[in-house]
Amino acid sequence: MFNFLARRLAATLPVLLIVAVLVFLMLRLTPGDPAVIIAGDAANPEQVAQIRAGLGLDRSIVVQFGIWLGNLLTGNLGESYFFKMSVTELIAHRIEPTLALSLCTIVLSVLVSVPLGVLAAWRQGGWLDRALMGFSVLGFSIPVFVLGYILIYIVSLKLGWLPVQGYVRMADGLWPFLRHLILPSITLSVIYIALIARVTRAAVTETLAEDYIRTARAKGLPEARVVIHHALANAAVPIVTVIGIGIALLIGGVVVTETVYAIPGLGRLTVDAVLARDFPTVQGVILFFSFVYVLINLLVDLSYLFFDPRIRY
Amino acid sequence: MPHMQPPEISAEAAVAAHIKGGLWRKLRGNWAVMIGGTVLALLALIAVAAPWLGTVDPTLFDPASRDLLPGASGEITDLDGETIAHKFLMGSDGFGRDIYSRVIYGTRVSLIVGAAVALVALVFGVSCGLAAGYIRWLDGIMMRIMDGVMAIPGILIAIALVALWRASLATVIIAIAIPEIPRVTRLVRSLVLSIREEPYVEAAVSLGTRTLKIMFGHILPNTMAPLIVQGTYICASAILVEAILSFLGVGLPTDIPTWGNIMAEGRVQFNDFPHNVFFPGVFLALTVLAINMLGDGLRDTLDPRMSKRI
Repeated sequence: MFNFLARRLAATLPVLLIVAVLVFLMLRLTPGDPAVIIAGDAANPEQVAQIRAGLGLDRSIVVQFGIWLGNLLTGNLGESYFFKMSVTELIAHRIEPTLALSLCTIVLSVLVSVPLGVLAAWRQGGWLDRALMGFSVLGFSIPVFVLGYILIYIVSLKLGWLPVQGYVRMADGLWPFLRHLILPSITLSVIYIALIARVTRAAVTETLAEDYIRTARAKGLPEARVVIHHALANAAVPIVTVIGIGIALLIGGVVVTETVYAIPGLGRLTVDAVLARDFPTVQGVILFFSFVYVLINLLVDLSYLFFDPRIRY
Repeated sequence: MPHMQPPEISAEAAVAAHIKGGLWRKLRGNWAVMIGGTVLALLALIAVAAPWLGTVDPTLFDPASRDLLPGASGEITDLDGETIAHKFLMGSDGFGRDIYSRVIYGTRVSLIVGAAVALVALVFGVSCGLAAGYIRWLDGIMMRIMDGVMAIPGILIAIALVALWRASLATVIIAIAIPEIPRVTRLVRSLVLSIREEPYVEAAVSLGTRTLKIMFGHILPNTMAPLIVQGTYICASAILVEAILSFLGVGLPTDIPTWGNIMAEGRVQFNDFPHNVFFPGVFLALTVLAINMLGDGLRDTLDPRMSKRI
């Protein structure tokens, strides 16, 4: 098992390094001189050159990458051009809303989609199954922001049940905090529910056809125990895998949802930084999101050991 | 004996006709393909016939016709400064532009972006996948790079690239296509790895056929069904991403009427005039739904093995 951990970690490091190279190149090899942007319109060429030297932009690209990577390893993502603070600090400052929204969404999605998927597989071809499959195609198709506005219109504007937009920190009261998260989490979880429910249904359908299910039924186990203990437990690996892969979808959704609901999180920060052409922040946030995505999928891989003891590496 | 056909040819033709007829019948019998295809054809028709559907130039505005509700009558000033009466079927926005005309013309942008992204992603993905699957030394490097691209959430790549390159139709298409390439590459590579072991490829190799000819003449045609399915999914997702980019304010320039742009402008006064967001939203959702249904239907008929997976 220790061997497996070491090997998985060793396989993750090159991916992280390639992500770092790609993100670095993406922002450095594009037209537009960061020094000119920082200096502003009123600057003369000397000032621009000075800023360029100060940022190390006058050195060769390999040296620049080396310095940048060195900083990265010590947790230094550079200084934001626009917000005038270190990017690491900026991310730490904005992470709470995004974390809260993501966790609520994942919990809500799993609680809704796994039971639905199991029920659909259990009564395949029944009305719930058809409804769920229809809903999942719909869930993949309806844009997050359109859904967000529909929900705001009905729940907040017409019924007046929940706040329209905004975010309240957890420190300022648990109930206001949760109230502001309900609509964004529902909005964001629809596509996630569609995805997980589909995979759960497919995986449980497959295990339900196994011989040991017939055996379990034949020896008179209650149906609920057969479906949950035997079928669902053996379908766990694909379900956990899709939850991990779906994190990419979730991150994309966070960017949009935070804009719709005016939540000051990392997603909103990404858009603001892009609009301000604040390259270090864009770079930092993309790296942060990608690293989180890779690490979550590493955890998913490790969870196979728990969910499927047959897997030995 | 001109009236007697050699039997083996007619048998072959019969088999070919049977397969073709069978496929068409299967496609026609699949309701997802029929509904999705019909809606998509209607949308394409709308896109082509946009100028003749009772629309005005989508960039025209008239200060006197600002914030009209759907169905209201007003007037609009054309480029010659002439003011004409116009019925605002879907209302007007804060500048006095006709939402209906903008939504109808927006269909063009969305369909073009969807089709172009699918094409670009497939062309690059197929090239990379064939290369990785067939040229062994390239495989390792290529797939590690693709792993790296896949580790960065696609929307972030698209947002960053569009912002860096300054948005135009071409840059938006390429920026949305880039994160889609690795998935196509992986698909093609895995298909190539299994097809290259088939006896007919082995036969071609032993006959001394050139590598390029084997790749494009023997292997590629056998990857078509999964690629068509993948292409429809990329198309649907590209239309969504384009709308998201426009909605976030980092997409196509605001003077181009796209569904995302209309919604981004309508967002500001959503509380008072929700129609600015709803009408383009309905068109967007309907389009993506139609393409996704078409994709699901095609997957079930063209590639039954794939449909078992999800």
